[in-house]
Amino acid sequence: MSLTKLTLAAVGLAVGVSGFAAQSATAAEQFIPSLVYRTGPYAPNGTPFADGAMDYYKMLNARDGGINGVKLVVEECDTGYNTDRGVECYERLKGKGETGAAAFSPLSTGITYAIIDRATQDKIPVFSMGYGRTDASDGRVFPYVFTAPSTYWSQASALVRYVGGEEGGMDKLKGKKIALVYHDSAYGKEPIATLETLAEKYGFEFHKFPVTHPGLEQKATWLTIGRKLRPDWTFMWGWGVMNQTAIKEAAAAGYPMNKFIGAWWSGAEPDTRPAGKAAIGYKSAAFHSPGSNFIVHQDILKHVYGGGTGTTTEDKVGEVLYNRGLINSVFVSEAIRTAMGKFGNKAMTGEEIRWGFENLNLTEAKLGKLGLTRFMKPIKLSCANHEGGTPLRIQEWKGQQWEFVSDWIEPMNDIVRPMIEASAAKYAAEKGITPRSCN
Amino acid sequence: MLYREAGQFKSSYDEDQAIFPILQDRIMLAIVLIVAFVAVPLLFNEYWLSTIMLPFLVFSLAALGLNLLTGYAGQLSLGTGGFMATGAFAAYKLAVAFPEMNIIIVFLLSGVITAGVGVLFGIPSLRIKGFYLAVATLASQFFLIWMFNKFPWFTNYSSSGVISAPPRAVFGDYFVTGSSASPQAKYLFALAFVALLALAAKNIVRSHIGRGWMAIRDMDIAAEIIGIKPLQTKLGAFAVSSFYCGISGALWAFIYTSSVEALAFDITRSFQILFMVIIGGLGSVLGSFLGAAFIVLLPILLSNAPTMVGLNISVDLISHMEFMIMGALIIFFLIVEPHGLARLWQVAKEKLRLWPFPY
Repeated sequence: MSLTKLTLAAVGLAVGVSGFAAQSATAAEQFIPSLVYRTGPYAPNGTPFADGAMDYYKMLNARDGGINGVKLVVEECDTGYNTDRGVECYERLKGKGETGAAAFSPLSTGITYAIIDRATQDKIPVFSMGYGRTDASDGRVFPYVFTAPSTYWSQASALVRYVGGEEGGMDKLKGKKIALVYHDSAYGKEPIATLETLAEKYGFEFHKFPVTHPGLEQKATWLTIGRKLRPDWTFMWGWGVMNQTAIKEAAAAGYPMNKFIGAWWSGAEPDTRPAGKAAIGYKSAAFHSPGSNFIVHQDILKHVYGGGTGTTTEDKVGEVLYNRGLINSVFVSEAIRTAMGKFGNKAMTGEEIRWGFENLNLTEAKLGKLGLTRFMKPIKLSCANHEGGTPLRIQEWKGQQWEFVSDWIEPMNDIVRPMIEASAAKYAAEKGITPRSCN
Repeated sequence: MLYREAGQFKSSYDEDQAIFPILQDRIMLAIVLIVAFVAVPLLFNEYWLSTIMLPFLVFSLAALGLNLLTGYAGQLSLGTGGFMATGAFAAYKLAVAFPEMNIIIVFLLSGVITAGVGVLFGIPSLRIKGFYLAVATLASQFFLIWMFNKFPWFTNYSSSGVISAPPRAVFGDYFVTGSSASPQAKYLFALAFVALLALAAKNIVRSHIGRGWMAIRDMDIAAEIIGIKPLQTKLGAFAVSSFYCGISGALWAFIYTSSVEALAFDITRSFQILFMVIIGGLGSVLGSFLGAAFIVLLPILLSNAPTMVGLNISVDLISHMEFMIMGALIIFFLIVEPHGLARLWQVAKEKLRLWPFPY
């Protein structure tokens, strides 16, 4: 890209963002903070997510004039995936707008951990969608944290259920070997306890392979997996450049791709494209559809990109992480809408939006109205259950795009939920919190 | 003008050897302390206190610790992050295991534990010097972080390896950690630690201990000949430095972010603190604070500046600009004054003392 082009792009971007942010009117406005990372080692994955999240809010503003007439004002803050910068962003944005920040989605397990205490104190919901603290699904101990639609523990159990189905029954798992390649951080360690419990229950061998941040060096790991251990299935909890490196190394070591399943953060275009042909057949979990064949995407293309205010380019609309950002915004905006149903059509406070989250009920009909039919499963949250426990699907990389290869798989709630409650109770004891009653 | 010392006579050795011999310095320090202890908590809002002043204090303390080791004793260390992690995890284990122990004692003990670890990793310094020692201390960085990641005992078997500070009060129910602590309480608590430890550092470097360190730094053979024992001196420097870094790590985990994973103290943290010391000024207590201010506060200022002046540019552009401006400024300052920001202040002070006839 030439310098002129770069400058033009920068100016265009600046104008685009300013045009969006400067839409201040006399009407009520809801301020929504957006913690993103468009820079740093995880930027290739952070950027599409941020674009999707932004575009959905823009679409709501352009198509409906916000939510029930209340305009949405979104401000991004770049964390670079750094916890300390994330805390700074949180403090910077939490008091903005007439009612303060609506809800924070930190997009990093480390930042989520760091702001849980603060947000609870400030009465602002933390919406960590499919990441963060799994035991925060217990709404009695964590009133302000929401982990919908699913958590790492549920995901691990769903993956085991899928593998069991592929093997021809859960009893066939006995004696099988399952390996976990994980980012050696708070994020990657989350599923271990669940997998260990399940290994005991179903009698499979469980092997752990930590990968140090950022994950560029995995030769030894994959030589062990591909040549020595040869597990029947390999799961991966990776993020950013670690994912594509793992896929390349797995292929180099001759590990069969169709036995290699990533978590939902390890299954997007930036992970598989750089690995080229080697990635074909690689699988990952997902709680929403890939692709752009949904009404919501048509609306975004029409109202946002049609007006020339898109955050990214049209061909990126519908990528896996773009859709993930979009769904994040769907949850936040629907929580706001639910809250407005009780408290009136004005800017909501964090406390009111928390109520909105707890009473969120996305039925099939409601999803249809949002243009999300077949995009995701209906979900309902409650005072005690902040997760909802949506079923998952397995998607496979076909070389150009991701496609579903399984039906919806239920997580093992009967195993995971007691673990969540026990862990939350331990946290409450350590922190001196008295769990609230949900009856 | 400002620094005219005319009329300030020193009539005893005590006065001549005072920690701040010039009256203006004492006045200035008193003003700084009053501002820091009274004006800042009263006037600053929560954002300033908890995201600008707190990290500044925490990093100042870490930089001070490293400055004692690298700036004064001449032992180049890349293990700062590891020592900070040691302090953080030690404080967590102590606080959770002994809930009735006062948080001040917890912090001091975690400093002592870190000092022990520091001495252990300082042993190679008796044989190797300079860059080779830096590589040896790098081992401590990687080993310590690996250890805290590997053994779940350190995190009380937390499923994700993240520790989260339990609520603790200094006295009564004046909480300084946990969610019920006010930003003012946190700030004052951290400030008290930093102020006292900075005073201690200033005194240590003027005492025979500090002079021993400087002698070793300038020429270890000569120092040995005049009777300074390298073993005690070098390990002493490692102990004191690690004590500071450990308390800084504990402050980070308990007061600043209030939850931390070992990854927060990775190798980039060590480099960051080393850069603070180099840019602030090696062998200067003031330099540690200036360096921390430069590295911590400037990026926050730069990332806030475009919105402050009403410029609406995208966040990724702001971040990239922040990197570029930071880099340019670092090069600029190192060219203008290779001895660091503290040296700039020193030069200015010399000039002022001789004003209006500087030579």
